[in-house]
Amino acid sequence: MKNIVKYLLVGFIFGIVLTKSEAVSWYRIYEMFHFQSFHMYGIISVAILTGIIGIQIIKRNNIKDIKGESIEIPDKEKGSARYWIGGLFFGLGWALVGSCPGPIFILLGAGFWTVLIVLFGALVGTYLYGLLKSKLPH
Amino acid sequence: MNVIFQTWSWYISGFLIGMIMLALIYLGKSFGMSSNLRSLCSMAGLGKQVAFFNFDWKAQRWNLVVVLGAMLGGFVAVHFMSDASNVTINPQTISQLAALGIDAPNGKLVPDALFGNSILESPKSIFILLIGGILIGFGSRYAGGCTSGHAISGLSNLQIPSLKAVIGFFIGGLIMAHLLLPLIVK
Repeated sequence: MKNIVKYLLVGFIFGIVLTKSEAVSWYRIYEMFHFQSFHMYGIISVAILTGIIGIQIIKRNNIKDIKGESIEIPDKEKGSARYWIGGLFFGLGWALVGSCPGPIFILLGAGFWTVLIVLFGALVGTYLYGLLKSKLPH
Repeated sequence: MNVIFQTWSWYISGFLIGMIMLALIYLGKSFGMSSNLRSLCSMAGLGKQVAFFNFDWKAQRWNLVVVLGAMLGGFVAVHFMSDASNVTINPQTISQLAALGIDAPNGKLVPDALFGNSILESPKSIFILLIGGILIGFGSRYAGGCTSGHAISGLSNLQIPSLKAVIGFFIGGLIMAHLLLPLIVK
């Protein structure tokens, strides 16, 4: 129960930040891909910079997680094709409907019901990947 | 109070998103939203048909709770923390969108032309949202992550695969925004 509250709180803050920064906005994504505003680039860059500094602090000081266990952040699998091709597909969808998976859920929670169609599509897309996985280059 | 209602600055927002990722690492987890789509497929019983969905989704329940929290956060932010000054985008963007028949934000997060209830009467509009969703779901699982898993988590941990994925995201996004979207929406 205590765990549920922690994750709910982290998610709650995430939902508020993504909405108030307008990263969930179709307009902001369109504007970003047309290089007409620094806003989204600023958000992503500062998030990564904060993450790099935080992870370096964790690694160099051997900081333990909440359960007292050492923090291991697994490396991403080696490879190229899956990242380039999968990334390309993802980007096409991101720029079309202006939301990535987090914002899909956030917009739904906020009451934009037509986003249910996007969520349904995203589940179909995930299913298609599962179905075709063994036939795709990775 | 204005600070709450107006658009949050990129530096505060970016910092908070980085801290959210670090908080999940501290809780012994990782930041990645698209994994939840796989969990939902598994919950729907698709593991019986496709091995990829035959995994212990219950171990990922914490992430579904994060999503639930995010939905609540979106609800609170839109209904209690917004005002008409929001989504002030570049005037050049607005006139460009007007030429495509897409309404200006005027405080809205998403255009009515693409997300309003009236789109339910247009098979083409439904198709646009559906295809967009399919590309997002397929692409994020193929690439093994989305904006949260690769752009934020992966790049923060200096992962070359994530850099490839993020460059892929941008190539795809630029192709859509500049070449395909004008053809699709017109």
